[in-house]
Amino acid sequence: MNPEFIHTLRELLPQIQGYIYPNEIEIHWGLLIVVYPYITGVVAGAFILASLVKVFNVKEVQPLYRLSLLTALAYLLVAPMALVAHLGHPERFYEILLTPQTSSAMAMFGFVYAWYLMAVLLLEIWFVHRTDMIAWAEQETGVMRFIHRTLALYSSDTGERAVAFDHKALKVITIVGIPSAFLLHGYVGFIFGSIKANPWWSSVLIPIVFLFSAIVSGIALVILLYMVITPLTGGKISMKCVDKAVDFLFYAVIVDFSLELVDFIHRVYQSEEEIKILSEMVMNKLFASLIIIQVLLGMLVPLTLISLTKIFWRRFHLNEDLRKMVYFIAVILIQFGIFATRWNVVIGGQMFSKSFRGLTTYKMEFGGIEGLLFSIALLALPIVILAVLTKILPPWQEMHAEPVSEGAEVAGS
Amino acid sequence: MNGRRTFLRGFVSVLLSGGAIGGILKILPAKADAREAPPKGQKWYGFGVSVDKCIGCARCMEACKNENNVPREPFFFRTWVERYITRKNGVTTVKAIGPNEEPSPEAASDKSILRSFFVPKLCNQCASPACVQVCPVGATFQTKDGVVLVNEKTCIGCRYCIQACPYGARYLHPVTRTADKCTFCYHRISHGLLPACVEVCPTQTRIFGDLNAAASPMSRFLRMNKIHVLKPGLNTEPKVYYASLDGEVR
Repeated sequence: MNPEFIHTLRELLPQIQGYIYPNEIEIHWGLLIVVYPYITGVVAGAFILASLVKVFNVKEVQPLYRLSLLTALAYLLVAPMALVAHLGHPERFYEILLTPQTSSAMAMFGFVYAWYLMAVLLLEIWFVHRTDMIAWAEQETGVMRFIHRTLALYSSDTGERAVAFDHKALKVITIVGIPSAFLLHGYVGFIFGSIKANPWWSSVLIPIVFLFSAIVSGIALVILLYMVITPLTGGKISMKCVDKAVDFLFYAVIVDFSLELVDFIHRVYQSEEEIKILSEMVMNKLFASLIIIQVLLGMLVPLTLISLTKIFWRRFHLNEDLRKMVYFIAVILIQFGIFATRWNVVIGGQMFSKSFRGLTTYKMEFGGIEGLLFSIALLALPIVILAVLTKILPPWQEMHAEPVSEGAEVAGS
Repeated sequence: MNGRRTFLRGFVSVLLSGGAIGGILKILPAKADAREAPPKGQKWYGFGVSVDKCIGCARCMEACKNENNVPREPFFFRTWVERYITRKNGVTTVKAIGPNEEPSPEAASDKSILRSFFVPKLCNQCASPACVQVCPVGATFQTKDGVVLVNEKTCIGCRYCIQACPYGARYLHPVTRTADKCTFCYHRISHGLLPACVEVCPTQTRIFGDLNAAASPMSRFLRMNKIHVLKPGLNTEPKVYYASLDGEVR
């Protein structure tokens, strides 16, 4: 037995408020499980952004297309790491794939994940880059040539019919991909939402709230990456593209905010037996992370900022740098807000006792698997993977190109 | 066109057939994994608690920790006893008692106390266990005689069952790193012995037995008392039955 762990629990004892069941002092799903839905949210959101280009034909955000696909892949590869790392027996994780119990929401993870990775994301990325990889391989020598030829699966047909087939396949994959992205993150929400023992989680709205917050975080992150990476790689940020993407972000935040508001009003109005302890928790334990970070800084401030650029469009339109700065601040705040959302769902759901009589506290560790350092590493890892991916499948040409206008009305008509 | 229509018709009829729908529906509700009470003659274990008889001596907690090698630290319990004190102003305070408990305030001398009592808690061995439903690898399961157990060799330690239990009956064992909880002392009852906590209870607060048996302390307990279970609204169908349970107890 780990004496340090027991010591930590002992330290928590005086911080308990009211009565909790004696087994409830340990918060079982810690920081790693906060990181997990945050990461899968980015995956789903980034993919939805990519599908705007392919399915809804929004030409303005074309520069973000490949970047968002690669971002989705980079984050998807890291998602299961957080899950496996938090297990009591990480070495037995394969049991969930070999002998899944069909009645368990969690057991479906392997299938949902594999479907999304193999059948959607990898296929789409492959079809998008196939002809490019063939072209790159022809001009290259050595290792890169080998990598590109292997990744292209030694296909060499760049004829008209092959390219037409690529386009057709892409369309189908994206159309299948949208519900799959919804499935991926809605499913993560269902893992929490289906726990009837926990009134903070148990809600039909949770999968939908997860979904929209996922779209928010994914779009915001891709915009942020685009605004940072483009100047670094010698390109010029296309404001036409960013404006459009921020538009979609704006609507997604409004929907997300409304859904959370509906959930809140519903709980308060119904005022069931757990309402006392939940409101005590929100006012004491989650005040900073829920009221301040999630709602105020993560939603209302960015909404106001983006609204300002719309209301005073004439002034902002002339000053691109000002607009860039406002957008930049907004997307960063949104990232923190969504991370706080995940925190409030996961940690908040375990801070109150199921006896509805008391609250416990989460003491975050610094080192160790469950610690802050490891989680920061997990959050940084997708960026590293993304850097590698952009070396292999450079999206620069597309990112640096100025998008053609129109497009928007194509989707409408 | 005709081919497509034929295909659709076939597809829909397969969907509507009992087999497909039954197959899909079977995986959904928790009931599918729960065994209905077996016919007479087969054992179906239950547990009784007479709240009025409990004196809060905590011997059951001690016996349980000894019998089942539960870690001694006060964060891991297969069974525990709660002390409720409801004051005249309507405020109820609850505490889990320990072996070195300071004496409870006397209702006779402390005039602000309206009523006070002890409630033993343990795994409810639900007939429709939420923990069994959510386990991703089937490591926690229900035996034929209605006891929910954990296979520590296959449990991956994801703690989903701990989250799903409405009663706080489960914990992660700090040594095995797997979920752990009350087993009704399955190693004892399968040899015809009583669970350790029942054995040591000096006031016969705790009753154990086969719910299907015609004449047993358990069936007598169910016959002679007004019975309630914990959180019946969650439809977990607990098999730990309480007599004289106060409405404050959750």
